[in-house]
Amino acid sequence: MANKLKIGWFSFTCCEDSTIIFTELLNTHWKNWKNQIEFVHVKVLKKSPEIIPEMDIAFVEGAIAGDRQEQKLKDIRQKAKKLVAIGSCAVVGSPSNQRNFFNRSQLDEIRPILERFKYKEKVLKLSDIVKVDDVVNGCPMNEAVFLQIMDKLLNT
Amino acid sequence: MTKKRMHDINDNFDINLSEISKVEGAASLEIKVRDKKIEDLKFYISEWKRFYTQAIQGKPFIAVPQLVARICGTCSNAHLLCSIKAIENALNITPSNQTMLLRKLLYFGLIIRDHALHLYVFSLPDIYKKNSILDFDENDLVQKQLLDDTFAVKEIGNQLSIIVGGRSVHAPMPTIGGFLKLPKLEDLKNLRPKLIEIRPRILKLIEIFSQSADTLTVKAPISFNGLYSEDFSFLNGIMKSTDGKVALGNELSKYIEAVLIPYSHARGFKLNGNLIMVGALARLNLTKEKLHPKTKIDVSKYLNLFPSKNIYHNNLAQSIEILHVIDLSIDIIDNLTQIIDEKPAKAKPKESTGVGVIEAPRGTLYHKYEIDNAGIIKKAEIIVPTGQNQILMERGIYEQTEKLLFENIDKEKITLEAEKLIRAFDPCMSCASHFLRVKWK
Repeated sequence: MANKLKIGWFSFTCCEDSTIIFTELLNTHWKNWKNQIEFVHVKVLKKSPEIIPEMDIAFVEGAIAGDRQEQKLKDIRQKAKKLVAIGSCAVVGSPSNQRNFFNRSQLDEIRPILERFKYKEKVLKLSDIVKVDDVVNGCPMNEAVFLQIMDKLLNT
Repeated sequence: MTKKRMHDINDNFDINLSEISKVEGAASLEIKVRDKKIEDLKFYISEWKRFYTQAIQGKPFIAVPQLVARICGTCSNAHLLCSIKAIENALNITPSNQTMLLRKLLYFGLIIRDHALHLYVFSLPDIYKKNSILDFDENDLVQKQLLDDTFAVKEIGNQLSIIVGGRSVHAPMPTIGGFLKLPKLEDLKNLRPKLIEIRPRILKLIEIFSQSADTLTVKAPISFNGLYSEDFSFLNGIMKSTDGKVALGNELSKYIEAVLIPYSHARGFKLNGNLIMVGALARLNLTKEKLHPKTKIDVSKYLNLFPSKNIYHNNLAQSIEILHVIDLSIDIIDNLTQIIDEKPAKAKPKESTGVGVIEAPRGTLYHKYEIDNAGIIKKAEIIVPTGQNQILMERGIYEQTEKLLFENIDKEKITLEAEKLIRAFDPCMSCASHFLRVKWK
């Protein structure tokens, strides 16, 4: 267990499409990965600790819409040796940041919600807040690029 | 007989689950117990909204289906097809027979993959008292086989959607009026033996969920709602309810009543004051006689359990639905002799309102758009299944917790049982959080 690569998978504001792609990749790749990786925080697959654990790699999907999310992202960054932004919302902010481009009447409609639940003024991509070591773009993420990153991680 | 106990930690405690695991998206649960009574209980959707109903405004209709697919990763193809249906209804476009068959195949791939994710990855670990399906013991023959089943079944659903739609998530090929690129007949024919191969795996899954001792029958009155159709194909039908109410699908927003939940990022719904449940259990309660004939033969001993008010039977109903769509898919593939090179029907903008209603994996999904002469969306309304189930979910957790407190069950077990119950609903918080009520004139 000691030598296994410790991996976390985290989702912020998005549709979690890349999480679905990730769970589908396990169909064919888990048998090759299982002896080399340990999922230390992957909420879609297991009950995961409230306190973010130390890890080798954090895969992070979604954009940042609230202050609590920002704090959690900084915590993940601190605990992870490498942080990889997964999917379009994490990498460039879209489409989860669509309210950043709303006109006045659209903003008026959503303002009560923004204020009631303390949303951030603007939705941010991950690199607006923390250092991002690598990216897998796409909506959902590009599977081939993700697999290349996994191969690189498992072979170094 | 009973003596008042002093300082029993089981009499006073708080449960605070900020992120419930093994569900789609983010949901939270808070329970405050004092003197062995529930003082407060809140189940809420804690996802941050992305405001899709507002974002659609001002967009050309042609861009909308692919945009709204991004509401949800797991049910993306349900939103995609529901949106296409709403626009086709607005613009009086009738899709070809081939288009409808291919849409069904795309959709059945989604039902297999999505239900399998829920049943194998989210719920099965509860039955085997494991944290994760990946923790199943590969030295135990039964558990090893179930892990193999998990990957094999999900993969076939995934492949079916990829062959037909170009991708299993946010499928790029389906469009208004048809398909941008058609699948190869040979690829579909090659998938047939694999569909046959997973049938026994699903029969095993059905047996497991039929044997589960988990039970919760909510005392509050419930209306089980869904689209009722002759072929149980999820993509068409009329609205039916177990309390006898019938309506056209496009009347859904009048049929149910929105309820604001002040501490949640989403809204809930009621019907005639009753709590609502939509999804596989509701569909089996309403439509079991329309299951595929082969499915009906193989699951006959379980069908007597329906109609059921046991929320945990949603798991059993989903497993039966997987078998049903496998059998429907095999029939469609067998009957396909060619893929005709059809171009998508032309869509001309006009001032109109269109509604699309389908049965998403988790229940009735409703999209309504108001389009102007230039083809620009003026208003949109979207009602998702988890929003309809949310009030019942909270009520169910309340009744289950009350019962367990009465039985002197401890905090840890109450927490575990609450999570199991939430998973039995198979909620999708990604879907549920992104809408505001639109005031139609």
